[in-house]
Amino acid sequence: MRNSRRSEKIAFFFLFLATLLIVVPVGLIIAIIIQKGLPAINWQFLSDMPRSGMRAGGILPAIVGTIYLVGGAILFALPIGLLAAIYLSEYSRDNLLTRMIKLAIVNLAGVPSVVYGLFGLALFVVFCKFGASILSGSLTLGIMILPLIITSSREALESVPDSFREVSLSLGASKWQTIRHIVLPNAVPGILTGTILGLGRAAGETAPILFTVAAFYLPQLPKSLFDQAMALPYHLYVISTQVPNVDEKIRYGTALVLLFLVLFMNLVAIIIRYHFRKKKKW
Amino acid sequence: MVKVEVKNLNTWFGLLHVLKGVTIDIQANEILSAIGPSNSGKTTFLRMLNRLNELETNFKMEGLVNLEGKDVRAIDVELLRKKVGMVFALPLPLPLSIFENVAYGVRMHGMHNKGKIIERVEEALKKAYIWEEVKDRLEESAFKLSGGQQQRLCIARTLAVEPEVILFDEPCSGLDPISTAKVEEAMLKLKENYTIVLVTNNVKQAARVGDRTAFFLSGELVELDKTEKMFTAPADQRTDDYIRGKFG
Amino acid sequence: MRKLKEFIIEKLILVCGLASIFFVVLIFLFLLKEGLSVFKSISLPDFLFGKNWYPISDPPQLGILPLILGSLLVTVGAAAISIPLGVGAAIYIAEIAPAKSKEVLKAGIELLAAIPSVVLGFIGMVTLVPWVKNIFHLPTGLTALSGSIMLAFMATPTIVSIAEDALYSVPKTYKEGAFALGATHWQTIYRVLLPAASSGILAAVMLGIGRVIGETMAVMMITGNSAIIPNSILQPVRTLTATIAAEMGEAVVGSEHYFALFAIGIVLFVISFAVNVTADLFLHKRK
Repeated sequence: MRNSRRSEKIAFFFLFLATLLIVVPVGLIIAIIIQKGLPAINWQFLSDMPRSGMRAGGILPAIVGTIYLVGGAILFALPIGLLAAIYLSEYSRDNLLTRMIKLAIVNLAGVPSVVYGLFGLALFVVFCKFGASILSGSLTLGIMILPLIITSSREALESVPDSFREVSLSLGASKWQTIRHIVLPNAVPGILTGTILGLGRAAGETAPILFTVAAFYLPQLPKSLFDQAMALPYHLYVISTQVPNVDEKIRYGTALVLLFLVLFMNLVAIIIRYHFRKKKKW
Repeated sequence: MVKVEVKNLNTWFGLLHVLKGVTIDIQANEILSAIGPSNSGKTTFLRMLNRLNELETNFKMEGLVNLEGKDVRAIDVELLRKKVGMVFALPLPLPLSIFENVAYGVRMHGMHNKGKIIERVEEALKKAYIWEEVKDRLEESAFKLSGGQQQRLCIARTLAVEPEVILFDEPCSGLDPISTAKVEEAMLKLKENYTIVLVTNNVKQAARVGDRTAFFLSGELVELDKTEKMFTAPADQRTDDYIRGKFG
Repeated sequence: MRKLKEFIIEKLILVCGLASIFFVVLIFLFLLKEGLSVFKSISLPDFLFGKNWYPISDPPQLGILPLILGSLLVTVGAAAISIPLGVGAAIYIAEIAPAKSKEVLKAGIELLAAIPSVVLGFIGMVTLVPWVKNIFHLPTGLTALSGSIMLAFMATPTIVSIAEDALYSVPKTYKEGAFALGATHWQTIYRVLLPAASSGILAAVMLGIGRVIGETMAVMMITGNSAIIPNSILQPVRTLTATIAAEMGEAVVGSEHYFALFAIGIVLFVISFAVNVTADLFLHKRK
């Protein structure tokens, strides 16, 4: 007995150590980026064009480009993803087709991001002749975050109790009326959470935009959907590996802005989830 | 006048044979109560009348259900459910305000005139004997009402779409005796204008409000008779045993 | 009128329901369309097992064996680190951690999953790479090992969250039964819980590895990117993903190099498809 107690202690210690080895570096990474990046952050850094071969000045075009790309991606993915989620939650039956759709979603979620980049290049840039443009990049990112939007929206829709649906139908409302007036309004927090997580994901990805939109350096802000754009993650990659002698402060500052953007969206999603879980009426 | 006619009805959920050859005529302006132990098929019977069973993917039926001489399957399902309203076992307000709960069905049937909706809501709440209790708090969430109030709100919600038949599925199972009495009182008044089918676990409730009573056992209709007759001189030994509480 | 509107909406819903199948097929078709052209000039075995990747020499040599081995080396290294850490942490969080710290730990791991890979790559470049260089006295810290460590780190959130789910969904009665027989908590975990959750944990590991194989930016930034067959984990390597990311920018559309990069994409797509389908089977077996 004493022996098994001792081996339990040892085992638990190692499990605890494993957990620490994951969680502590996460904290350290974030701490380092904040500590070294914060001094770079000022209004000029956020609102100015890059200067001196991106070794000075600000990162405004990268911020603007990322906002455009993320906005475009969500504009594409949200309607399709939401309707697909409605299909799975409200219409699909337990059959082979549904099984295939679910498998497709799993696979879509698992496709390497760089393969999305290739796909976007082949379909949007070359085949559709959109060129390397915000349109191509947004569509590529949109397809990439589609599985995330579908899965989270579907969970949100399925968490609405069936009894609400029955009540609505029993009053003579049609199926679509029931979905539109009862199911959707009550699934909004979950859908919103998933959408914001999708935004965060799209904002942080680099590989899908490499060949579909990202510009190394642009002297002005993009003016149309068919313009190339700079983007924060690609900009960070460029100034970390492609441009020599960039002040460390600028690199950390860029990393911090990107990290802040992504984590902020995650935080908002978590707050919404928490807030509505507490307020939930059933 | 026969309002609803059920002929030789058999239903299945997958392989489970739930209703077995049930034949019942329901008269206009009567309260027909269906009693029986749980899993005897009463609720399935009730949900046949507004085709709610069809929500289950593995549902199958044989036989006939007629509303005023017309096969319910031939009636547009939304229109059928407008004509045949339902009050569920637990109070199930929608996550809306008190007012919107009652207005919901009305709106879904295409009424957009605000004044008329207000009129209709008030009327329905009065008929369900809850108007006095909620008239000053119509904008509050329906979840703030007590269980009994919620159930009467659900009755009002059903009445608002102006049905002809109302199905009550064990409407008092979650309620205290006082709330139960109020719901029963409402039912008795409603009888004047509506045909009511009441499914209940509570034999005494059936005795109190039912004009006629149907006794279900294992999916079969064992006996159907005037309530007084059923409770004084049942024809079937099993009915007698159930009413006396020997099982169930 | 309303009926017509609803009919249209419901058809639209069905169409969108099929969108994921459509996109998976579309991705595969476009990879094939561009990638298969490379096999006009090189046979499949020569492509997969050719030892030289010199895409811009004349004629180009398009053997991706060094890249496959690079990916394999980095992946094996990452798996060796991330599986014990990830499964260990999952056990700790699911079974041992007190309720309060459990939430904090889970949030920490979710946070890790949210950090963009390019940020992790950057941090790896400025911290991990110099450490590896100094500790092993190497000419450069941009090695397979650095990549493995960073990727292990990126795979753990996937492994932890899915494995934790698997452990959590083991019926409570199993545990109670073991406790009733006088087993310690640890005995219960490894004799009862782990076997019962094994298929879910296996799926977690597979999906974690799938994430590693497909990861691009971090790996491109810290593995040194040299397309030669590695013979030690302390050498620079180049993975399949990094090759595409690094070279597509320079490849001329329609050139053999361009086609070859798409062919690599097909390889990656097939691997990820296999990994995800198998993992999905394991997850469903559990239910």
